[in-house]
Amino acid sequence: MTSIGARTAIIAGVVLLSALVFPLYWMIAASVTPESRLFESPSLLPRPLSFEHYRALFAERDFLIPVRNSLVVASMTTVVTVPIAALCAYAVARLRFRGRGVLLALMLAVSMFPQISIVPPLYLMLRELNLLDTFPGLVLPYVTFSAPLAVWLLTAFFRQLSPELEEAAMLDGASRVRALWDVVLPLAAPGVATAAILTFLYCWNEFLFALSFTLGPDRYTVPVAVTLFRGRYQVPWGQVLAATVVATVPVALLVLTCQRRIIAGLTAGASKG
Amino acid sequence: MSRLPVTVAIADARLGRWLVAPALVFVLLGSLVPVAATAWEALHGHDLRLPWLGRPFVGLGNFVEAAQDARFTSALVHTITFAVVTVPVELALGLALALIMHAAVRGRALVRLAALLPWAVPTVVAALVWRFMFEAQAGVITAPLRALGVVGESFDWFVRPLAAWVPIGIADIWKTTPFVAILLLAGLQGIDPTLHEAARMDGARTWRRFTTITLPLLRPAIVVAAAFRMLDALRLFDLAYVMTGGGPGTATESLSLYAFIALMQRLRFGYGSALSVTVFLLTFAFALIWVRALGRSLIGERT
Repeated sequence: MTSIGARTAIIAGVVLLSALVFPLYWMIAASVTPESRLFESPSLLPRPLSFEHYRALFAERDFLIPVRNSLVVASMTTVVTVPIAALCAYAVARLRFRGRGVLLALMLAVSMFPQISIVPPLYLMLRELNLLDTFPGLVLPYVTFSAPLAVWLLTAFFRQLSPELEEAAMLDGASRVRALWDVVLPLAAPGVATAAILTFLYCWNEFLFALSFTLGPDRYTVPVAVTLFRGRYQVPWGQVLAATVVATVPVALLVLTCQRRIIAGLTAGASKG
Repeated sequence: MSRLPVTVAIADARLGRWLVAPALVFVLLGSLVPVAATAWEALHGHDLRLPWLGRPFVGLGNFVEAAQDARFTSALVHTITFAVVTVPVELALGLALALIMHAAVRGRALVRLAALLPWAVPTVVAALVWRFMFEAQAGVITAPLRALGVVGESFDWFVRPLAAWVPIGIADIWKTTPFVAILLLAGLQGIDPTLHEAARMDGARTWRRFTTITLPLLRPAIVVAAAFRMLDALRLFDLAYVMTGGGPGTATESLSLYAFIALMQRLRFGYGSALSVTVFLLTFAFALIWVRALGRSLIGERT
């Protein structure tokens, strides 16, 4: 009885997992297949391996520029978001002041806003301030949308930390700020790292704001650059897929090295609501 | 309770406001004020291509126009249908994946990795890869179907109004099922294993334990996951923009996509803002209904 159930479960698992992994395998395989072969009948293994698409991507298309742009915007956002979110989350988790509940609910509500609903005034405002097509022009909306998630995650994290250590420090005469800096911050490092990873991923993947607030190839981020690759009549699939592989590499590295942390962060932000 | 003196509590309250201030300012200036500004802009006639017309106040004129705009109505129908069709599939598959992740003894790290990658990959990447796999000429999905005679010789998903939704839906399910699974996995791990053991002692079979223990206890996690997914699906943009551009014609145009086109391509900021407001209202209405219907499991008692 059980063995039949176990076997079905294993088969279902293998099928599901293959469905999850196959598109990524196919993307990599196609990116090293010569263009002429892409349109013959598909084969599971790319036979003549070719790195022509990657060469063209960087030599002819300057794909390093969007990669640089995405790295700059994602790093800048992370550097702004994580500290302000950490301070806010610490206050919500530990200090008793009025409006904490409202604040947390507000953060959750804002993170659920559809992005399109703030595009028009932001576009007009950035245009007025000459910030269209600049890095700060993207960092501003990114901070706004990533900060609430980081606050939620870090609030859940701070609540798991025992308050005893910092209270001990304060009974010894340290001020709250001092205790926060000396005692809490080192303990909070894993949570802060998780918030940083998720913020970085959010920026690296974001599309609508980048599409709306950048105007040309000099400032396109990776998702925008890849999407606008399409020729007028034909999609250069080899290069497009090579670009998607490049777009996936940093994400895959983060997932490979920090999967436990990412899962902890996702569930802390969501299930403990 | 805290052993700290009362003076600390007073200082804490003051400090709390300072610590919260930066994040609050960003959220107010970057989100709440802009949403209000969008609503205000939606009450005006504003065309960036016709600047000499100025920005006259037109009241609800833009919304009246939307109500009479067949393209708006179908975008609305597309968006709701898309959410209602894909989210239950994502919940069901996500639950299956969560159960597998929970039960996996060997290869747990591998399973987790396989599940996390689609979630972490940029949506644009998912869109392009699935578009490539569904390509008419030699797509890895289309070609075998053609060889088996399931689809005709010249079949192309992307020129048919209904068929064009299939790649979009599948890409969405592929991309977001892992997210559901991760949320539900946390719920599963919170279920006390002794409950299952007790039920097994009493002779309850797997299926019965699943329906009487696992599902009811998982309800809060399912409610939360469904809410996240619905809110996300109702603002569908990336997949439709990249995979079909809303086509053929406007057959796969979502509400967010139509709003974007009105804003950024036609530069009709008044009308585009009105469309953006409807996306906002749609998600807001859903959130209200969901919280009303399913109550506390969403907002929790922790604050």
